[in-house]
Amino acid sequence: MSRESEPAKKRPPHPTLPRLRGRVGWGPLKEAAIAALVALGLFVLMIGVRTDQGPTGALVITTRFELLAKIVAAVFVGRLLWALTRRQANVSIGDLVPASVKAAASGVAVYAAAAFLVFALIVPIVFYTNRYLLDLAILIVTYTMLGFGLNIVVGLAGLLDLGYVAFYAVGAYSYALIAQYFGLSFWICLPLAGIFAAFAGLLLGFPVLRLRGDYLAIVTLGFGEIIRLILLNWQNLTGGPNGISGIARPSFFGLPFNSTDNGFAATFGLQYSPTHRVVFLYYLILALALVTNWVTLRLRRLPIGRAWEALREDEVACRALGINTTNTKLTAFAMGAMFGGFAGAFFATRQGFISPESFTFGESALVLAIVVLGGMGSQLGVAVAATVMLGGFELFREFEQYRMLVFGAAMVAIVIYRPRGLVATRTPSVFLHEGKDIPAAIVRDARAETPT
Amino acid sequence: MEYFVQQLINGITLGSIYGLIAIGYTMVYGIIGMINFAHGDIFMVGAFLALIAFLVLVAIGVSAVPLALFIVLLVSMALTALYGWTVERIAYRPLRHSFRLAPLISAIGMSIVLQNYVQVAQGARVKPLPPLIQGGYTLFEGNGFAVRLSNIQIIVVVTTLVLMAGFSFLVARTRLGRNMRACEQDLKMAALVGIDVDRTISLTFVLGAALAAVAGLMFLLYYGVVDFFIGFLAGVKAFTAAVLGGIGSLPGAMLGGILIGLIETMWSAYFSIEYKDVAAFSILIIVLIFLPTGILGRPEVEKV
Repeated sequence: MSRESEPAKKRPPHPTLPRLRGRVGWGPLKEAAIAALVALGLFVLMIGVRTDQGPTGALVITTRFELLAKIVAAVFVGRLLWALTRRQANVSIGDLVPASVKAAASGVAVYAAAAFLVFALIVPIVFYTNRYLLDLAILIVTYTMLGFGLNIVVGLAGLLDLGYVAFYAVGAYSYALIAQYFGLSFWICLPLAGIFAAFAGLLLGFPVLRLRGDYLAIVTLGFGEIIRLILLNWQNLTGGPNGISGIARPSFFGLPFNSTDNGFAATFGLQYSPTHRVVFLYYLILALALVTNWVTLRLRRLPIGRAWEALREDEVACRALGINTTNTKLTAFAMGAMFGGFAGAFFATRQGFISPESFTFGESALVLAIVVLGGMGSQLGVAVAATVMLGGFELFREFEQYRMLVFGAAMVAIVIYRPRGLVATRTPSVFLHEGKDIPAAIVRDARAETPT
Repeated sequence: MEYFVQQLINGITLGSIYGLIAIGYTMVYGIIGMINFAHGDIFMVGAFLALIAFLVLVAIGVSAVPLALFIVLLVSMALTALYGWTVERIAYRPLRHSFRLAPLISAIGMSIVLQNYVQVAQGARVKPLPPLIQGGYTLFEGNGFAVRLSNIQIIVVVTTLVLMAGFSFLVARTRLGRNMRACEQDLKMAALVGIDVDRTISLTFVLGAALAAVAGLMFLLYYGVVDFFIGFLAGVKAFTAAVLGGIGSLPGAMLGGILIGLIETMWSAYFSIEYKDVAAFSILIIVLIFLPTGILGRPEVEKV
């Protein structure tokens, strides 16, 4: 299994005989056999035997040795091919692409973003009659927006947030509750939802400021779960597991989407159609996502954005340069949370019904996967990743139970093979290209002042 | 009073299970400084393997419960250890020199994979098992409330104590334990003095997974029901235990486990059962903020 166990390495090579490069001995077969054996051990009980509840309620087992044999054989063959190709040509996939193609591809990226945007704008016109596709498009853009929001925290500031869904939930519940209790319209509730979510971000941000990378991740996870559990158990306010239903639908600047005389269709002299609302919702979330994108792009050029990127690259160096890491982290959390809150408010108004079910850790993991797959920090990458992933989910609907399996495996593979993202890479916006010499006198002075 | 003693017994039993899982977190964190997010799911896999192994044994006619349980324990420890080894080999080893958050993201991916793999392979419904070990003792009675100590509780606590003793011996006295402690202090230096670092890390994962398998079997026996999602909560709570006890410290993991078990049972008994998980998560956050080194963990001390 291990790459180090090539036979030539175990035996010291004969001093007069140079080792032949690319020689194929028994090594690959041995590795494949070991891999098959490991696979057999892993799967013999879990896949070879299936437990189900019998008619009496007790568990009964059925064997699936044929499937087990197929999987083990597949592992053997796969590992063998892998070992052989690795030995014959020690190239990575990236090397196969000629440099000229790579250069052209990076030039295309600008146009790709524009084309993507144009396509996003004309989706409701092209697919006007296809309600299913419109709903899917709304879903994709919602997740793109969540991805943009999380990208500020994870991609730019490098703070791994596993509880991002908490802000989504705060936004959704703030909108639903304010709309229900105070009867305010969507356009007033939307900024309020964002503000509440940003406060939740600050609330989370304050205690976790001193924590390092993975501790922070776990605490955000805990925070997300606490919010969900509170929503689930605070029955008087949130309705508990039953959620909140009958949430006010958005209106077109005061004109409701219905067939009455002062509705949207009648005012503009159109034939009433329920699709109007869907198209409006689509453009609404698209606008929100584009605003998020625009704000992120602008922020990245501001000192705060550069501080975020510096924080991501090296926190200690960041502090040494005099950047206030406290404020930097808090603004990242609050910003990301605010956009999550907007997306949450949109989610609530679109669904008309929310319950804690929609805000589980799985959602956080999905948004995180979109950001990781898209390339942390890359905006286009997030949009493409959201489209590919959610579109892929729909495309392979009949394999629904495998989709989370595939996407977990994809997360692992991406981090190993393309750690800066599958779609695009994002290096810091500003780079100091030339090295600067520090005069010896300054260095000496600095040393003299350092207490020993 | 009687009620309190009963909750104490229940809490210690639950805490022993958490402690066994926490050891896996604390050892891995001690050596390579990463949170093995998939460890809770390894525990879940262990519980499932134990369940399936037991059903297979019953099907082929091994009906003596003690013998069957012993075989189940060995099989489940061995196979779960293999899972631990594979996860490390596939998802963590290639990332040893990657960027800071890479192993954690990979671990989250692995956790999703394991959960859904078990769901696909064994179905999403809960798997009940009739109680195998019954009976117990009534310690004392008073105010119409009998304090009971069941046999399964005795088994859980005794097994945990035996494993802890064995494990402490392994870390303190054997060559492998010495290698582990060396790797924990300085990976590069350990490699320079001739320790096979990769092998040591692999074995750490194997041992952690084997202990998680025992915890899985105990969970199965104690609660009599498993599903593919038990790893998430148990994992977070065990991690909390590891942090509370002082991450990197072996006795700390056990102490933290028992404390978390006690807090959870007492909270459910005296406050509200709905918010018991909130209590666990809050403790995690509070400990990380105010006591980041935990109770027994000190920076720069012997940790494994």
